[in-house]
Amino acid sequence: MVEWTEQERSIITGIFANLSYEEIGPKALVRCLIVYPWTQRYFSSFGNLYNAEAIRGNPNVAAHGIKVLHGLDRAVKNMDNIKATYAELSVLHSEKLHVDPDNFRLLADCLTIEIAAKLGTAFTADTQAAFQKFLAVVVSALGRQYH
Amino acid sequence: MSLTDKDKAAVKALWSRISKSADAIGADALSRMLVVYPQTKTYFSHWADLSSGSAQVKGHGKTIMGGVALAVAKIDDLTNGLLDLSEKHAFQIKVDPANFKILAHCLLLVIANLFPADFTPEAHVSMDKFLGNVALGISERYR
Repeated sequence: MVEWTEQERSIITGIFANLSYEEIGPKALVRCLIVYPWTQRYFSSFGNLYNAEAIRGNPNVAAHGIKVLHGLDRAVKNMDNIKATYAELSVLHSEKLHVDPDNFRLLADCLTIEIAAKLGTAFTADTQAAFQKFLAVVVSALGRQYH
Repeated sequence: MSLTDKDKAAVKALWSRISKSADAIGADALSRMLVVYPQTKTYFSHWADLSSGSAQVKGHGKTIMGGVALAVAKIDDLTNGLLDLSEKHAFQIKVDPANFKILAHCLLLVIANLFPADFTPEAHVSMDKFLGNVALGISERYR
């Protein structure tokens, strides 16, 4: 059972309350596909991912980035039960999408980088610690149902 | 994942934009690492003050960035260029090499935080590869 301090809860909810999903979601996924190109293996149906420009301009990538970020909403609203909240999504990623769970960590790192770039001085070490802890719990929950 | 000419050019270009802030980057990355990854504090039990403004953290951040600067200068042959540093880390300091990834992540994050316009995904991938190769160079003499 994950323990959250009041400060951690407020940091997490604060970040998501002030987040532009339409801006950050696409940026995080674009960054992931460029920095870790093997992640492109899951998006062969998305069309042109041939180079950085193509990835940036791909509307399917942008839409999916927004979708993923909204998927994190559920964790923010259920911080005391992220494991159960994501059980179904974990099964989906394992049995239907066949995503190597290490990829969740890579996308999480790219999202952290985008948030760091966006928040500037507000992204203190404590903020980083809380945000990375949150994403680590999400990543763990998404990998939980793999067998 | 070895460095292409494009990677080397990207690293040098990014470094030229960030190097005047090297000391600040090093200090910030190190102090974040100590907070966000508390297990790394085990290597600094001999320091009186691990807080972010401390002279020791600032000084050591500067030392680390000196190593990064050396690596940029020796980018065409990191293995040989970092041999002395590797001997130091292998025989004297004995940092578990898993921690190089942690510090690299913190460095990338601080660069993104301070230079968001310059830290494009293209710059990011080359810098990530570079720091990975630096870690390999530092680990060279470990065993």
